Amino acid sequence: MKAETTSVTKEGIGAMRVGYKTKRELPLHFMLLPGLILILIFAYVPMVGVTIAFQHFLPLRGLLGNQEWVGFDNFDYVFSIPNIWQVVWNTLRIAVLKIVMGIIVPITFALLLNEIRLLLFKRMTQTIIYFPYFLSWVILSGILIDILSPSSGIANQFLGVFGIKPIYFLGENSWFPYVMVASDVWKTFGFNTIVYLAAITSIDPSLYESAASDGAGRIRQTWHVTLPGMHMIIVLLMVLSLGTVLDAGFDQIFNMYSPQVLQSGDIIDTMVYRMGLLQAQYGPSTAVGLLKSLVSFILITVSYWIAYRLFKYRLF
Amino acid sequence: MLTKQTRAQKVFNAFNYTFLIVVCLLCLVPFIHILALSLSDNAAVSGGLVKLWPVRFTLEPYRYVLDRDAFWRAFGITLQRALLGTAINVMLVILLAYPLSKTKEKLRTRSLYVWVFFFTMLFNGGLIPSYILIKELGIMNTLWALVLPGAVTVFNVILMLNFFRQVPEEMEDAANIDGASHWRTLWQIYVPVSMPAIATITLFCLVGHWNSWFDGLIFMRNADKYPLQSYLQTIVVEFNFQTMSATEAERLAKLNDRSVKSAQMLVAAIPILLVYPFLQRYFVSGIRLGSVKG
Repeated sequence: MKAETTSVTKEGIGAMRVGYKTKRELPLHFMLLPGLILILIFAYVPMVGVTIAFQHFLPLRGLLGNQEWVGFDNFDYVFSIPNIWQVVWNTLRIAVLKIVMGIIVPITFALLLNEIRLLLFKRMTQTIIYFPYFLSWVILSGILIDILSPSSGIANQFLGVFGIKPIYFLGENSWFPYVMVASDVWKTFGFNTIVYLAAITSIDPSLYESAASDGAGRIRQTWHVTLPGMHMIIVLLMVLSLGTVLDAGFDQIFNMYSPQVLQSGDIIDTMVYRMGLLQAQYGPSTAVGLLKSLVSFILITVSYWIAYRLFKYRLF
Repeated sequence: MLTKQTRAQKVFNAFNYTFLIVVCLLCLVPFIHILALSLSDNAAVSGGLVKLWPVRFTLEPYRYVLDRDAFWRAFGITLQRALLGTAINVMLVILLAYPLSKTKEKLRTRSLYVWVFFFTMLFNGGLIPSYILIKELGIMNTLWALVLPGAVTVFNVILMLNFFRQVPEEMEDAANIDGASHWRTLWQIYVPVSMPAIATITLFCLVGHWNSWFDGLIFMRNADKYPLQSYLQTIVVEFNFQTMSATEAERLAKLNDRSVKSAQMLVAAIPILLVYPFLQRYFVSGIRLGSVKG
């Protein structure tokens, strides 16, 4: 009897505690509800919507409606487009160049800025180089289109002083991809420089002191203390950038490309836009988008996995 | 700390300062040039005389821009979307970050929720399904099309929840023992101590909304519903005469097109310039937020 009562009481307490826990958790579920509903509608419904890639999609019948299934026909069509591989190549070339320059340039600047002893100068430099990051590509493209114009742009006027003939930076295939990379560096390097500088300032100063007492000059201190101190953030950002090799920068290229430079400047995203929204070829353009999303999915997952294995980096 | 500089160091310093000054100038020159263009007289601009200083100073391009109804309409729409959108963004960030910052013991389904949100950072449906969804929801041509699709900013939720995790758990437990509900704990303990993080996220959301242009371009059927950046896109990048009335066209004929474009771009950049000092101040704390991992 006695044993029974105690066990009942224990169970009773257990049940109470479970009940209490559930009750205590309830408000947390409610807090998550609005966000969950929004993300289910605006992120998960489009994920199911990629089935358009396997349909002969008619908008009138609705997104999840009764559409005609065509298997891989849209994919066959996409791969029969003559310049599809050129578009893939353009995307990879521009994106990879941006990633590489987006690592080298800011690290160089962070190291150079780190040598500056005048604090006011250091702060002003940061303020200036960081500013374009916050302007939209619409504004920055407007500025670039003006200054790079072959007839009236200040860039070509300047080159003219040295006897260089006007270059149509945004209208020649040999220039366009590089102008995209360079202007992307212009917009983003200040931001990344500050990220790397933050990493440098977190290096233990006593390391520099001991290096100096061992007779290391500035260059050797940079090589043996600063760079190793930054290696974690550098490798981490390199690994994470793996997920963006198919993102060549829609906002930027869309605002600066033109029919003359389609050959070198058309990227996957601009192609999806033109096919899908301008020509209403919903099936094929969703097929292209789906392939891109899938490849990016694999790359991002792999990059997070590597980052986790190397640095125990996790977002949540 | 201060030791005598060797010759090599002096040379390096001279080089370093010069190099950084040149780079800063290179970053600034485009903006100065655009500013000079926007303040110069038509003949001077078309004659290619304007370099880095206004030639035959005039405010006429700005007067023209600020007199345009279309400009103010677009400005108003951007203001609405930025305020409404940011309010929704920040509200959701707080509401999502609080439960997700709890341990598995306090919210047993936490990992399921985390995966639901995290997965959207790994995979997306792409442009076409999202476009068709907006169309079928019937929110095309409304402010909601600009505000709702990006309402949940998962990355900001992560920043915020990492900040919430730094709040000592004892504070929450103490509040709990005193009978405070989760709701009260969130608003009276977590939110007040997290104001720096909330300010950072608010600023980034504001700038994000201010700068968005593509959603306006595809979700708004009429040009008179365009937010400012979409409107600028059609004017600056694709110069579109259809959005212009006859009298406007006549007035524009007397002005230089480049000056007008420059003036519009600069006016659109002014709000960013105004919040820039705050952006910069909060930014470094923002990086630190991001680097704290649970």
